[in-house]
Amino acid sequence: MSVVEFRIDRGAGVPAYLQLVRQVREALRLGWLKPGDRLPTVREVVRASGVNANTVLKAYRELELSGLVEARQGSGTFVKASLGSADPHIMAELRERLAGWVKQAHAAGLEDEDVRALLRIVLAEREK
Amino acid sequence: MTLRVQGLGKRYGDSWALRDCSFELERGRVTALVGANGAGKTTLLTMLAGVLRPDEGTVEARGRISFVAQDKPLYGHLDAGGMFQIARRLNDVWHQQRAESWARRFDVPLDRRCRRLSTGQQTQVALAVALGSRPDVLLLDEPLASLDPVVRRDVMRELLTEAADTGMALLMSTHVVAEISGVADSLVLLRGGKLVLSGDLDELMSSHSRYVGPPARTPPAGEVVHASHHEQQSAFLVRGGDRPGEPWVTEPVTVEDLVLAHLTGGGAA
Repeated sequence: MSVVEFRIDRGAGVPAYLQLVRQVREALRLGWLKPGDRLPTVREVVRASGVNANTVLKAYRELELSGLVEARQGSGTFVKASLGSADPHIMAELRERLAGWVKQAHAAGLEDEDVRALLRIVLAEREK
Repeated sequence: MTLRVQGLGKRYGDSWALRDCSFELERGRVTALVGANGAGKTTLLTMLAGVLRPDEGTVEARGRISFVAQDKPLYGHLDAGGMFQIARRLNDVWHQQRAESWARRFDVPLDRRCRRLSTGQQTQVALAVALGSRPDVLLLDEPLASLDPVVRRDVMRELLTEAADTGMALLMSTHVVAEISGVADSLVLLRGGKLVLSGDLDELMSSHSRYVGPPARTPPAGEVVHASHHEQQSAFLVRGGDRPGEPWVTEPVTVEDLVLAHLTGGGAA
């Protein structure tokens, strides 16, 4: 059974294959996917998500080029490396605190879009 | 290449329904054909299917072509089983099991006369017949228009699986632009009988941008596809050009933006 379930936001300004790449990277960062895990086969993704086979292939190739997964002849595509070096406990704790913060923001009348905008601004300021 | 169209044109009386149309369909790839009503989509599909003779240009195809027309011609007095028998006789290649499993997958009774089937079920019989002939190129004219959203999604998934399994090229006209992303690899866009845009969808998305900034007559960069002006700001959907700096804001282009901009024009297109 595969761990990731892909979904395409058809109204997004991001090509579908890049959305799949992002979802795998996200799953790696969050620890839902670990080295050795098998990604669903192209056919499985097509059937389950209604995404074009070439889109899935392109996404897998991109992930392979960046060294995150490897295709093993005849047996599928496997996760090779993990992303993000954070300790899972710390990840869990940060996530919980973020959830609390989001709750606070919502209570203060902020909408999801405001929350995203705030996060973007804070991240952009740190880059400077 | 599975199918190559070069300089294709069709004239009805003095006016051209389609002109200068050139593109290719590749094996295993899914192409969305979009355009307003009367843009020439059906004319193009019927010429590719060999039903209508072009007045100029050529269609070069490798392999078998199947076409499901918008009105889904079925013999009303026959049931699906009977339709399959006729198809078996009319086609050089016929895959009974493939046709039957499609009909079963979408709950079409094989022993009910076609005219007594629902519109959606008739669509399924037409698709089953088309797939049973094991096409290398499948042409669909508004295939999903008569289906409810859930069945629509399921049919699309099954068609994509068929394309992946068999390497068949799929060209389908559609009005539902919002459903194209992730489903189609390529786009063919007709406007007023002319092909105005075609190519790989990802490449098209990355070669277009939307710039929003202060009122201006011309965009800061690129070739205008669509422009809209308001009192406080101008917005341009452009092709090519380097990303402009302040005060212009660059926004990503969705498939819907891209298609609608080219369908409505307003720029040089």
